[in-house]
Amino acid sequence: MKKITIIDYGLGNLRSIRKALEMVGAKPVISSNPEEILDADGVILPGVGAFIDAMNNLQPLTDVIYEYVDTGKPLLGICLGQQILMSKSDEGGLTDGINLVPGRVRRFPSSELKVPHMGWNSITINKSHSILEGISDGDYVYFVHSYYVDTDEYHTLSSCDYGLSFAAVVVNEKGNVVGTQFHPEKSGKKGLKIVENFVNMC
Amino acid sequence: MLTKRIIPCLDVTLDSEGGTVVKGVEFFNLRHAGDPVEFAKLYNEQGADEIVFLDITASHEGRTTMIDVIERTADEVFIPLTVGGGVGSVEDVRQILRAGADKVSINTSAVKNPNLIKETSDIFGSQCIVTAIDCKRNTNVADNSDKTILTLEDGTPAWYEVVIYGGRKPTGIDAVQWAKKVVELGSGEIMLTSMDRDGTYDGFDVPVTRAVSESVEVPIIASGGAGNPQHMYEGFTSGKADAALAASIFHFGEYTVPGVKEYLKNHDLPIRI
Repeated sequence: MKKITIIDYGLGNLRSIRKALEMVGAKPVISSNPEEILDADGVILPGVGAFIDAMNNLQPLTDVIYEYVDTGKPLLGICLGQQILMSKSDEGGLTDGINLVPGRVRRFPSSELKVPHMGWNSITINKSHSILEGISDGDYVYFVHSYYVDTDEYHTLSSCDYGLSFAAVVVNEKGNVVGTQFHPEKSGKKGLKIVENFVNMC
Repeated sequence: MLTKRIIPCLDVTLDSEGGTVVKGVEFFNLRHAGDPVEFAKLYNEQGADEIVFLDITASHEGRTTMIDVIERTADEVFIPLTVGGGVGSVEDVRQILRAGADKVSINTSAVKNPNLIKETSDIFGSQCIVTAIDCKRNTNVADNSDKTILTLEDGTPAWYEVVIYGGRKPTGIDAVQWAKKVVELGSGEIMLTSMDRDGTYDGFDVPVTRAVSESVEVPIIASGGAGNPQHMYEGFTSGKADAALAASIFHFGEYTVPGVKEYLKNHDLPIRI
């Protein structure tokens, strides 16, 4: 059974991610212990709330995350966890992310559209990757965010439209670090499929 | 395209033996009749976009049992879950989120202590703090020039007054202004219930829903009065709501979630089927 460590660095609903992992046959561990991260088959970086608070809370673990990622084992960032993977964020003044994927986190511009972008939106598949196996163009997933990831085509596996096109799923050069702006653990059957795909990558 | 959300709402209370039951549900033939978790699963299977639980137990025992319901639901239902009812402190919010809810709705306590919205959204993030606003039409506009005067369907001018304690107590607060205030304080969503329409099956209260939706940047959940799919359509189009909440029409089986969704999709609204 694959051991998946969910990094615990503060707040948020980790129960749903843990349960989703159990549903697809993995063994989840919620921990901030460096050893539990390093010896995991897969690591999930969750996150809700503000970018700067998350970065501050994550600070003691960033070296461990780099060390883990260098082994080539998979890491999945979810929602704010995806945004943290990027180089920089505009949220709360320009703040550095952990820079595993190049790109910038920006706020949705003022328009007629509501912010946060909250609810079920359809995604487009730009590139094939094992994280998206069984997921098709037009499938709906659940989003809730006010900032979005702006990166290049190379690092975008899937995109979503909300006034502008933004990265719904990102990837690093090596292919072992992926991030989803939406919540797979809250996206019904399609979401569970993505969780399962991640476990299969591990 | 971002879809309009259909959200069944379950009022959860205690039965005589201290177990949790859903109030006002008569038709489903479920293995554990009345178990809120079974309803949540059923609505999930039917394609509901979110589930709302309102804790109407109003007691300490009730809250403890409610936490168990949230945990069991979060363990089996992988769509967003909002929990409200009697939420009065940072600790309440923490407990509910930790049990597996994604959002917490705050109602009376927000009016009594608006800072609770700021405090909880600072700690947990705006995305999980929903302000529930209950309001009532007030046609006394002569003495209320500082209020947001709207025009009712028949042309009568009125303002909408925030009411608390389940609609029993008027507050003198203007609902549109209150909505702007709670968004400034950090609320990420508003659940707007018109007490004039709640339980009537006459449709959502379009004037106030539209006014609130146009005054704030965050999504609005229309609540109170949905009696048929056409009411949902009006709530989304004329009322400019982002989501529609309904209880009785689903619980009594007059309409089903997939039936309503199909109607809306056939009327060209973006809907997740």
